[in-house]
Amino acid sequence: MDTCAQLVILTLAAGTPLVFAALGELVVEKAGVLNLGVEGMMLTGAVASFIVTADTHSPWLGVGAGALAGAALSLVFAVIALTLLANQVATGLALSLFGVGLSAFVGRGYISVVIEGIKPLSIPGLSDAAIVGRLLFGHNPMVYLSLALFVAVQWFLHRTRTGLVLRAVGESPASAHAIGHRVIALRYAAVLFGGACAGLGGAYMAVAYTPSWAEGMTAGRGWIALALLVFATWKPWRVLAGAYLFGGVTLAQFQAQAAGVAIPSQLLAMLPYVATIVVLAIISRDATTIRLNAPASLGRPFHPE
Amino acid sequence: MRIALEARREASRAAILLAPLLATLATLVAGFVVFEALGKDPVAAFHAFFIRPLATRYGVGELLLKASPLMLIATGLAVGYRANVWNIGAEGQLTLGAIAGGGLALAAGDAQVPSALLLPAMIVAGALCGMAWAAIPAWLRTRFNANEILTSLMLVYVANLFLSWLIHGPWRDPDGYNFPQSKLFTDAALLPNLVSGTRLNAGLLIALAVVAIEWLFIRRSVWGFEMRVAGLAPAAAAYAGISSKRNVWLGMLAGGACAGIAGVNEAAGPIGQLLPTMSPGYGFAAIIVAFVGRLHPVGIVFASLLMSLLYLGGESAQVNLALPSAVTGLFQGTLLFFLLAADVLVNYRLRAVRARPAAR
Repeated sequence: MDTCAQLVILTLAAGTPLVFAALGELVVEKAGVLNLGVEGMMLTGAVASFIVTADTHSPWLGVGAGALAGAALSLVFAVIALTLLANQVATGLALSLFGVGLSAFVGRGYISVVIEGIKPLSIPGLSDAAIVGRLLFGHNPMVYLSLALFVAVQWFLHRTRTGLVLRAVGESPASAHAIGHRVIALRYAAVLFGGACAGLGGAYMAVAYTPSWAEGMTAGRGWIALALLVFATWKPWRVLAGAYLFGGVTLAQFQAQAAGVAIPSQLLAMLPYVATIVVLAIISRDATTIRLNAPASLGRPFHPE
Repeated sequence: MRIALEARREASRAAILLAPLLATLATLVAGFVVFEALGKDPVAAFHAFFIRPLATRYGVGELLLKASPLMLIATGLAVGYRANVWNIGAEGQLTLGAIAGGGLALAAGDAQVPSALLLPAMIVAGALCGMAWAAIPAWLRTRFNANEILTSLMLVYVANLFLSWLIHGPWRDPDGYNFPQSKLFTDAALLPNLVSGTRLNAGLLIALAVVAIEWLFIRRSVWGFEMRVAGLAPAAAAYAGISSKRNVWLGMLAGGACAGIAGVNEAAGPIGQLLPTMSPGYGFAAIIVAFVGRLHPVGIVFASLLMSLLYLGGESAQVNLALPSAVTGLFQGTLLFFLLAADVLVNYRLRAVRARPAAR
């Protein structure tokens, strides 16, 4: 049973970068904006958090820096795609390419640096007590942060007035604009929030999950987060479930490797990517469901006249 | 007073041509600022980045050598992009092309297969495998409605892991001191050199031929015309009965074939064997080349030269300025940002508005 608890903890740990990034992008897409730059923002958040942690020895300061860096990069996207009305697909791609280059550039001196990262909770008498104690109190603090983010996003989108307006903007910006809502301002806010969340996802990887910095260390998780939204048909709880499903797939790959399964590690490492493709195809097959659940104005520029 | 955007009645042709120049200029200015901030003398840095690489015959050869895969891949991608088919997995299709072409070269080994037979076979194999890899997202899109952006990108990781496995496993050179690399290709499997004293090879001619073919396809064929229509006015295209599935297939396969050939050219050209990484991100840089070149064959040729210069400049900056070569990726991304920003002038004109209009 103990290994069982351990597996749950590891699965959540592996899925958490996706929880952060996908929940952020969920808010962005709900506002009708498609930002394909998640991978770039995650890497930028990762490198920023790692550098700040290495220099200040405060991982939580690093996490804050990661969120800020992700948001700062997303601001570039917002200006080009929202104010200057550029093609969102192209701008998002540019953001990813730029983020990969930027993080490699600024992180060059930190590749083999060792830091004291954020450790899993260890509350005497609770975290080590029986299975329930470990399942409740044995996670990394940032895992709890991601769960808080999930509750906040779910509550914001479906229980607040601003959340309702945000969804209206995503469905029909022209109507929302006509009744006096500030479409562009709201979209800016959503994009910045998404950037901060992606930055947090990267920061989690750099200062809590691994903790280390390597070029391109998110290894496509930003793109998997985007696929996750389709898988989740843009519903927060399904985003959470999907993220942990992929966490489980990642984990299975590591476990198989550790157990010495006679499959080369490179072929095992394909697993999360192949799983993403397969799941994406299965979910997308039902075009009607996708059309009904995707924000109607997703990816279309809006110019208030 | 503030600046407002006013929609143009039709896209400005002048802005379409000016935007890339404006973006290049802005990138240079940004580079100036970055070099200054890094405490490098900007003039010396610019000299190292943009002048020194071209000072020698060898350097000019390198420029054309690196421009070849970029223009080849960008040309293929542009076919799809024109019809809003977003293949961003060219890097993986390049890898598959290298595996196919390289596999053939390794299989031929010392069997004395004449070059005139082996090289064309390698190129065809590379093109076919690149197409096969691109066919997966095309099929998933047309059959399952799956987003080709995400599937093609995921397949990049799969392709690179596959190559890595081959090089670490069955295709590793037994006499290679355990380094992850294949055997060297025999001379028959190497592209002939074009200019002595440089590494420039026949890959450039292949790339230029493909650019010419693409120009004919776009300007002179019905399918090419229909793809342009589908990109400009999807609703009109659907009403006119233009098959969107065929556009997806054509767009993806064209990109896959070109990237596959580029992979063979890299393996049979400057590299001469198979390594775990066959390209310094040509498949991604080609996306930028396609946009900066305005998806136009001639524009793509020029844009590929510019992007190639950024690669060379990054290498030169590494040697001469002790800057990391990652600065190349930074410049490439910046260039695309500025281009997309400048593109606002294609469909809108800037107008100074004195005050906010009182009523809407």
